[in-house]
Amino acid sequence: MRLYLKFFSIHFRSAMTYRASFFLSCLGHLLITTNVFLSVVFLLDRFTSVGGYTLPQLALCFAVILSAASLAECFGRGFDAFAKILSQAQFDRMMVRPRSLAFQVLCQDMKPTMLARLLQAVILLVWAVNSGAVAWTPAKALVLALMILCGAALFFGLFLIGAALCFFTMESLEVLNIFTNGPREYGKYPFGIYGRPVLLTLTFLVPLALVQHWPLQYLLGRGPAWYGVLPVVSLLFLIPCVLLWRLGVRHYRSTGS
Amino acid sequence: MKKYLSFFRMRLTAGLQYRAAALAGMSTQFVWGAMEILLYRAFWLEHPERFPMGMEALAAYIWLQQAFLTLFALWNWDFEVLESVKTGSVAYELLRPAGLYSMWMARALAGRLARAALRMVPVLLVSSLIPAPWGLRLQGSPAVFGLFLLSMVLMVLVVCAYSLLIYALTFYVTDPNGLMVLSVAAADLLGGAIVPLPFLPDGLRQAAALSPFGSMQNVPLRIFNGDIPLPEIPAVMGLQIFWILALVTAGYFLTRNGLRRAVILGG
Repeated sequence: MRLYLKFFSIHFRSAMTYRASFFLSCLGHLLITTNVFLSVVFLLDRFTSVGGYTLPQLALCFAVILSAASLAECFGRGFDAFAKILSQAQFDRMMVRPRSLAFQVLCQDMKPTMLARLLQAVILLVWAVNSGAVAWTPAKALVLALMILCGAALFFGLFLIGAALCFFTMESLEVLNIFTNGPREYGKYPFGIYGRPVLLTLTFLVPLALVQHWPLQYLLGRGPAWYGVLPVVSLLFLIPCVLLWRLGVRHYRSTGS
Repeated sequence: MKKYLSFFRMRLTAGLQYRAAALAGMSTQFVWGAMEILLYRAFWLEHPERFPMGMEALAAYIWLQQAFLTLFALWNWDFEVLESVKTGSVAYELLRPAGLYSMWMARALAGRLARAALRMVPVLLVSSLIPAPWGLRLQGSPAVFGLFLLSMVLMVLVVCAYSLLIYALTFYVTDPNGLMVLSVAAADLLGGAIVPLPFLPDGLRQAAALSPFGSMQNVPLRIFNGDIPLPEIPAVMGLQIFWILALVTAGYFLTRNGLRRAVILGG
């Protein structure tokens, strides 16, 4: 853990060396997500509600997905940008070091600018929590925390799949964007809004709805309490992710460059 | 003129090489479009009376937007050009017997056309097979379709002229990233990328339509789906032409002046 923190501080300081460009790219991320949220605001301004959700409730939903995604993108960047590590043959070097591979990949790259987005998500969350959308109890607060943390774990699992597939394709697969950047963008609305097929896909295939749509029903008092436990269940998704990663590592042949 | 044309052809062929990337981009765009339509469907089923356009018109807007994304996305910067201004290797370009601004323009047009050409056909094809009102249908008369094509051409020119203005400004600022980030955000919001302009609240909607970003994808897509009625089309296309002239003039003079100011160190 100490080593990990050290790496984080290295990445943070290296990002801060180019201070102007660090803040500009923070600004860029902030503006993009602000725009996404503004689109919700504008549509709700016209339609007042969608699927029975009001603006503060949607803000809560967006804040959860946004925090989860930005946590995963900040700390899981090594896996997200794994194709680069592979193509530059840095992976060979990692294999001879006395630390676990996953740990080294994690330390290889981090994206501190994503913390700006996390900050934005927290502001949104505070607003949504205070807006009276939810009758808060300690149990519900715990569920909210679980949604964010397990959501981050799921996004991380998706990065892991992407990285594992890199072993076979030697390049990053843009198609996976559908399940990483896509949910971050479309998670501004509870997945149920998009209709049953989408909800079922995101419940059973890539269980992002288990950290967003279902527990949200519990928070809003529309679903039974066991919906609140679903974020923990979603962690089962990590098992195939890790297995695929292991398979990939075993399959690895150096590019030799 | 001939030299710009052949330069254009060269860049076009180069751009057409990236087929795998286009295939991947296409499949994501297809899912994106579908999700977007499913989202508006939820609003539509709940409050059809508050919809500023028909569902079929909106579906046409979204599918065209996905099909031509690379044609009008402002974030499609030409980093080689930006880099050349930053590092000073733009000096080599000056050795060529061609105007820098015109060459950049040929390059920008070719880059956008090549990317769009690779992606648009499958998206257009598949989306036109989706049943109404969720799929892409030809809307309006042949005359409207002709105007749509004309306005697409104007739109590409506006987008290219805008990017060239940013490249030209790179002569004056040390880091163009800030300008680029702000432009992309403004174009997303005011150009109808995240929400079609008719869905925006009053005031903002009108301001957006007048801005240069409102002369980008907003105009051709809404001519196609019939949201801009025939009598209003000359006015909006006139505005497009105005922005092309304004942006090209500004970009041209900034480039010329920037080159005159620039001191290129030898070595």
